[in-house]
Amino acid sequence: MLLGDSAKMPLRKEYTANLEKLKVDVQKMGELAKDSARNAITALVQRDRVLATRIIKENVTIDDLEFDIEKRCMKLIALQQPMAVDLRTIGTCMKIITDFDRISDLAGDIAEIVVRIADDPHVKPLIDIPRMSEISQGMLSDCLEAFSTGEIKMLEDFSERDNEIDALFDQVRRELLTLTIEKPRFIANASHLNFVALHLERIGDHACNIASRIIYMVTGKRRKLE
Amino acid sequence: MSKIEARGLNVYYEKGTVHALKEVNLEIESNKITALIGPSGCGKTTFLRTLNRMNEVNDVMTKGKVFIDGVEIYNGGVDVIQLRKKVGMVFQQPNPFPMSIYDNVAYGPRVHGTQNKKLDTIVEESLKKAALWDEVHDRLDENALKFSGGQQQRLCISRALAVNPEIILFDEPCSALDPISTSKVEDLLRELKKDYTIVIVTHNMQQAARVSDFTAFFLLGEMIECGKTTQIFEKPKDKRTEDYVTGRFG
Repeated sequence: MLLGDSAKMPLRKEYTANLEKLKVDVQKMGELAKDSARNAITALVQRDRVLATRIIKENVTIDDLEFDIEKRCMKLIALQQPMAVDLRTIGTCMKIITDFDRISDLAGDIAEIVVRIADDPHVKPLIDIPRMSEISQGMLSDCLEAFSTGEIKMLEDFSERDNEIDALFDQVRRELLTLTIEKPRFIANASHLNFVALHLERIGDHACNIASRIIYMVTGKRRKLE
Repeated sequence: MSKIEARGLNVYYEKGTVHALKEVNLEIESNKITALIGPSGCGKTTFLRTLNRMNEVNDVMTKGKVFIDGVEIYNGGVDVIQLRKKVGMVFQQPNPFPMSIYDNVAYGPRVHGTQNKKLDTIVEESLKKAALWDEVHDRLDENALKFSGGQQQRLCISRALAVNPEIILFDEPCSALDPISTSKVEDLLRELKKDYTIVIVTHNMQQAARVSDFTAFFLLGEMIECGKTTQIFEKPKDKRTEDYVTGRFG
């Protein structure tokens, strides 16, 4: 007997629906992590302790989402034996939720710094730190769009964008070092800002990891972006 | 050079009214496991059976060429008995003869004229290669039908090995077996590829992914895509292959 129309019949409806829901929730987790990182810098610039406290509290929601998504990925692998693009998608979800979780942790760390230094005026005008945040926000937005649409062209220049963040980080460090040599009373505050810049540099690295995984999910080819 | 090569292979059933294989071109490498996958009726078993001319027992018309070690096996001068000695086959259902373990394994060599004094060695070696010797060495005179399905299937593999083939065709060898017996047969396949070229038809895609080096996907009598197994299951080139391996149709 040769195969007829049954070959065209869509199968695995529940599995397909679960896979779609998984992608939606990973997207949601990514949006939350990105918003946390953006709000943390807003809180820093505006010395907004209330916003910073909210970011710290919201971290728990992102942690819960990570565990839930990981559990569902494991279940899909164990019960559905996914192959090809499905397996790449689930593998990508499992990997990038760790990056999203780390981004939200780093945003939480920045928020904790804001809580500590909110009463003191900044030791210098904040220009490069918001710029680092802006670049990393752009990278995360592009990651989320690529994850949702499968269009990966916007990820091509991630290495350049990450290099720009790294260069800004070096600049911030040099500036803060010069400042603290000149005015040692700023050491504590400058050290906090140094950590903020370091956390933003790490967020850029996580964005590159996420982009590499999405490229793999779409093309099946592994490419390291750094 | 490939061990097996099919060129422009077409197979028709029922006096030419059913076109079961359409212009199949496929090369199979020596000492590798090649899995043939695809939905029921796609032609994978038909293709397997062309490799030792097993289709000829039915009303079948074959066009195109199949080369084994560069020799065209549909050439009129080819001795089919010798071909089937060189290209052994193991079927879906374990089908031991209703006789002792020893006689099952010795049957083929006897038919091919092997003297009795050599048979003991052949039987022992064949059972060892099929990872069955330890379980049956003290029960060689017992009727094969008394053994479990998994043991019977490994006996059938021993029987195929006993005539010293170069290629072994497996037609869904584990579909009638429990998971533990399946696992034993899969381990055995990995061992056997050191000495033999293996072609396996399987409905179990995870099995194809686990044991094979190359995978060919068949659909509606056509060979759609063939490549390294990792490529076929991780990033197939053809949308139809992707739909099948992800279970979106079948």
